[in-house]
Amino acid sequence: MMISGVAMLALCTLLGSVVGDLLGVALGVKANVGGVGIAMILLIATRLWLSRRGLLTLPLKLGVEFWGALYIPIVVAMAAQQNVLVAARSGPLVLIAGIATVLVCFATVALMSRIGQRGETMDEIEARARGELAASGNPV
Amino acid sequence: MEILKHGLAANSLLTAFAIVGLVMWLSNAISKHVLFGRVHGSAIAIVLGLAAAFAAGLWTGGEKGVVDIPILSGIGLMGGAMLRDFAIVATAFEVDVAQARKAGAVGALALGLGTLLPFIVGSLLAVAFGYTDAISITTIGAGAITYIVGPVTGAALGASSAVIALSIATGVFKAVLVMVGTPIVAKAIGLDNPRSAMVFGGLMGTVSGVSGGLAATDRRLVPYGALTATFHTGLGCLVAPSILYLAVRAIAGV
Repeated sequence: MMISGVAMLALCTLLGSVVGDLLGVALGVKANVGGVGIAMILLIATRLWLSRRGLLTLPLKLGVEFWGALYIPIVVAMAAQQNVLVAARSGPLVLIAGIATVLVCFATVALMSRIGQRGETMDEIEARARGELAASGNPV
Repeated sequence: MEILKHGLAANSLLTAFAIVGLVMWLSNAISKHVLFGRVHGSAIAIVLGLAAAFAAGLWTGGEKGVVDIPILSGIGLMGGAMLRDFAIVATAFEVDVAQARKAGAVGALALGLGTLLPFIVGSLLAVAFGYTDAISITTIGAGAITYIVGPVTGAALGASSAVIALSIATGVFKAVLVMVGTPIVAKAIGLDNPRSAMVFGGLMGTVSGVSGGLAATDRRLVPYGALTATFHTGLGCLVAPSILYLAVRAIAGV
């Protein structure tokens, strides 16, 4: 059933949000600490558990993937409700601090992605996954 | 006209789906036919969204972008925290567990640096612009982490509302820069694999900036970036009003 996928996703998100709030209270912080991250880990764990028992049906997967696919339009809607005017008008401190921070962080990302062995790119991972499927002879 | 307005406002979420769908279609068409695929359609759509928010701010004088226009109020629900978190969590369904585990330690390191570096940059600039008290310096520095850490820190420390507004603006501007800048620098900073996406998420912080920027670069990287970025605001809210404030006070002396 497709609704079971949607319900599973909702349960993971709700549980993550509650645990994140509790964590915030426990740490004395007025914020949700890692709620989305906890929910993501719950969802990944549930997926592994279901697939091991052979309960990961196609409609259930569709119920989750539908929302994942709507992600970009939702981000566009989020962008359209930011207070862009204030950010643009707040003068040079905001502009300089924003630009400097982003540049420093971009540079650090560049540095850290070059340290250690280079990770496989998404294209390589997908090519390998396709290769393994073809080799095993049963396409999913 | 009144009937049409009523119909659109009464079904505001459906209006939002239709309008955002139209913007996505238009952006993909611009990407394909005008820019020949050099800029991703999602990046164009996000910039159009920000531009619309800017124009709506000028027109309505409100603070919530296009949401202040009654018939577009559904955009607020569609792009609000509830559905945003719901959709981000859904993207985790595609996460390759082995890949995520490989980047665990480096992701945590990125998270630490992503809190400390923006805070240092923001605080130093606050000092350069003439702020001398530890509370204002800390609040502005916290705003450079994310636009949620800024006001949370400012409220906890009792900063003035002008300083809090400044810290929100810094955070929002950072998120906007990350959204727009990521697809441009993606190749140069090696952003094409899950490991660097997790490093990126930990360093850049803002969930909106990271997820928007990665969505515009390569949708498959979004869950990896979001996985680390989501801890960023919590970590910032934890250390900025406490350890970081005490450090600033020890240095600034007030």
